[in-house]
Amino acid sequence: MTNAMKVRVLVRPKRGILDPQGEAVKRALPALGFSGVETVHIGRLIEMEVESADEVEGMCRRLLANPTTEEYEWEVVS
Amino acid sequence: MRIGVTVFPGSNCDRDAMHAVERAGATPVELWHADPELKGVDAVVVPGGFSYGDYLRPGAIARFAKVMGPLEEFAKSGGPVLGVCNGFQVLLEAHLLPGALLRNTGMRFVSRRARTRVEKADTPWTALYGEGEEITLPVAHNEGNYYADEGTIRELEEEGRIVLRYLDNPNGSANDIAGICNEARNVVGLMPHPERVSDPALGSEEGLRVFESVLAAAGAKV
Repeated sequence: MTNAMKVRVLVRPKRGILDPQGEAVKRALPALGFSGVETVHIGRLIEMEVESADEVEGMCRRLLANPTTEEYEWEVVS
Repeated sequence: MRIGVTVFPGSNCDRDAMHAVERAGATPVELWHADPELKGVDAVVVPGGFSYGDYLRPGAIARFAKVMGPLEEFAKSGGPVLGVCNGFQVLLEAHLLPGALLRNTGMRFVSRRARTRVEKADTPWTALYGEGEEITLPVAHNEGNYYADEGTIRELEEEGRIVLRYLDNPNGSANDIAGICNEARNVVGLMPHPERVSDPALGSEEGLRVFESVLAAAGAKV
């Protein structure tokens, strides 16, 4: 691909949805001496090289995120 | 009666499901993920396992396998479909059932027997159980914590679509949900594994009636 553009998709649990991974990390940080951590949420970063950004929205909606439990945002980074 | 069992890369309960189907008195038919058709089966079981390595989300990639096109049509035309564990996750991703299965609240893979109650006997997969009957079924999963928005949970409760409930919730599942059905009641998803307790050699036959039920519901000889 000559004109590939780099797209970064961020997928994370919707607000209010239980995030057991985030909770576990939040509890682990003080044990290491890091204080003042109020919330931790864990999501997923997906980087793709695509010919065009036209289809990215559809990719997010149909496969990359589950709209029932997750929200997503994406950007062209280069 | 011929009952199809789908096989994706990473399915690992397909043989157990086929064995249970056979013990129930039906003929098991393997449905490979790349098959473009359902080979004329009368019902379909989507078995447990780790289809496509659980990559992205459990069931997210299996949901787009070739065999899923005809399976969705079959389900929408009223054909009996059962998803067990990862199969339940696949049916949710395919929007044949509402909601999603999140990571267990305890952050651990749970593998043990769970006490459950059959709430509804008016589905083709639970017809031979008594409503309110308590059965013990094995669970083995990392993402079994059923989630749906409040409106959907209310709808499931009001329409009597919670088919199986945990008596000792192992994963944080909303309203102790272990299994649900669609509006037409022909598609059922269960997190516990009835096929793993369908042979006396496995210590229990409490799950066998799930497979016998679909024969009875079809009016076939059990």
